[in-house]
Amino acid sequence: MDAILKTEHLNLWYGDNHALKDVTLEMPEHQVTALIGPSGCGKSTFLKTLDRMNDLIPGVRIEGKVIYRNQNIFDPQVDVTWLRRHVGMVFQKPNPFPMSIYDNIAYGPRTHGIRGKKELDQIVEKSLRGAAIWDEVKDRLKKSALSLSGGQQQRICIARALAVEPDVLLMDEATSALDPISTSKIEDLIADLKKTYTIVIVTHNMQQATRVSDRCAFFLHGELVESGETEQIFSVPKDKRTEDYITGRFG
Amino acid sequence: MEHLSLKRRIYDRGLRALLYLCGAITCVLLIFLIAYVFSRGLGGITWELLSTQTSYINDTTGILPNILNTLYIILLAMVIVLPLGVGSAIYLTEYAANRRLVALIEYATETLTGIPSIIFGLVGMLFFGQIFGLQYSLLAGGLTLVVMILPTIVRTTQESLKTVPQSYREGALGLGAGKWRMVRTVVLPNAIDGIVTGCILAIGRIVGESAALLFTAGMGGTLNSFFDALTSSSGTLSVALYLYSGEYADTRVALAIAVILMIITFVINLAAALAGKLLKKKQ
Repeated sequence: MDAILKTEHLNLWYGDNHALKDVTLEMPEHQVTALIGPSGCGKSTFLKTLDRMNDLIPGVRIEGKVIYRNQNIFDPQVDVTWLRRHVGMVFQKPNPFPMSIYDNIAYGPRTHGIRGKKELDQIVEKSLRGAAIWDEVKDRLKKSALSLSGGQQQRICIARALAVEPDVLLMDEATSALDPISTSKIEDLIADLKKTYTIVIVTHNMQQATRVSDRCAFFLHGELVESGETEQIFSVPKDKRTEDYITGRFG
Repeated sequence: MEHLSLKRRIYDRGLRALLYLCGAITCVLLIFLIAYVFSRGLGGITWELLSTQTSYINDTTGILPNILNTLYIILLAMVIVLPLGVGSAIYLTEYAANRRLVALIEYATETLTGIPSIIFGLVGMLFFGQIFGLQYSLLAGGLTLVVMILPTIVRTTQESLKTVPQSYREGALGLGAGKWRMVRTVVLPNAIDGIVTGCILAIGRIVGESAALLFTAGMGGTLNSFFDALTSSSGTLSVALYLYSGEYADTRVALAIAVILMIITFVINLAAALAGKLLKKKQ
């Protein structure tokens, strides 16, 4: 199995707080890797480090490597906009821009220099279809994205991320703010998307992890306790702490 | 119980009466002021006043040059202060990494907004007028106003930049947008209403300013084109009001100017409210 994205001895500090401790993890291509663990365990921090969104936070110090396609993303010659183009992010709360649906999807391609209307039209349709929301919005592409429901907004955000044709899609609890129907739509979508993309999700929901992921990584207090096939983690966890967590004894 | 609630009721009524009184006094004062100025000033507004300059040879009393100078100085000051103020606000909120330095600068600008304008006038006179050799000119006055309203523009712009949700910034950066593209396409369009409101309030401050302009832009009342005015003494409406009420002791004209200034201020405030509402709605 080829790991398109992996970390080696990744450490991260917020000031004095050691938030990630020596995390080494491989995320294989065309698989869904779920990061699980109780609140504050470092799983979201880990996810954000994968496309350097932590760069925005003052006082962050990082050691170790994140390797995307044989390239350490912290190397000085790496352009962070290049990285984020290939490693897309969907956030916990849907955050469409206050623009039309069309302009939301076209934002990424336009950022990367695509101006032709025909080409943009194609990208917008393809991305919206990819995020399984084309049929719901095709008649109102000029309407504000904020007029949509939360679940639709989140799929718009997924479509927006797909529009720059990334390799990897990071999803930070992308369904936690949504109702059950929207959640199941997005879970179906994830299963579909992994044919084309490599997906890493953070989730609080154990059922969701078993439903959508191929591999699981369990974090606790900034440490990667255990990782492996989802089936194995949930049936025969190697570590006592993993077992306690997935059986609901804490967290 | 009875006793307590009675006492309370009296207290309550008394307090309410007191507050009503405060409100009433404020209203009466305001209405009196407006009514007084309008009733005595409105008659002084004549076509001659609005369309000529004051001249002993032609025997005319007119404030057209002052109206024009007011417009000129608004134009001059805004053209300089807008890019400067908005630019530095963007730098402070979006780019600057040293939070402590930013806090210090914010504190300094905050303080500067509260300084009496005569101090800006004094410094402007010495700095622009004498050291730079601009003497009494629209340029010296305009630059002094730039220094005076810069903190206001920076602060209001910063405040409206801060209201833009962080999630918009993350969304843009997450798609591979550079910082400037993020600012230009996502942050600024969502902060524009606050920036416009800040600008209009700054214009209001320019219109009402006299102390900072007396010894910088000067009191000149000669009809000039914009470019001639840049280098010659040019009194604005507020300065003219000061002159007519003091040195020329012509209360009639002074009150007429007062009416014009009040109308302008009213229009500016109305425009600020409207522009804010309109730009907000557009999203």
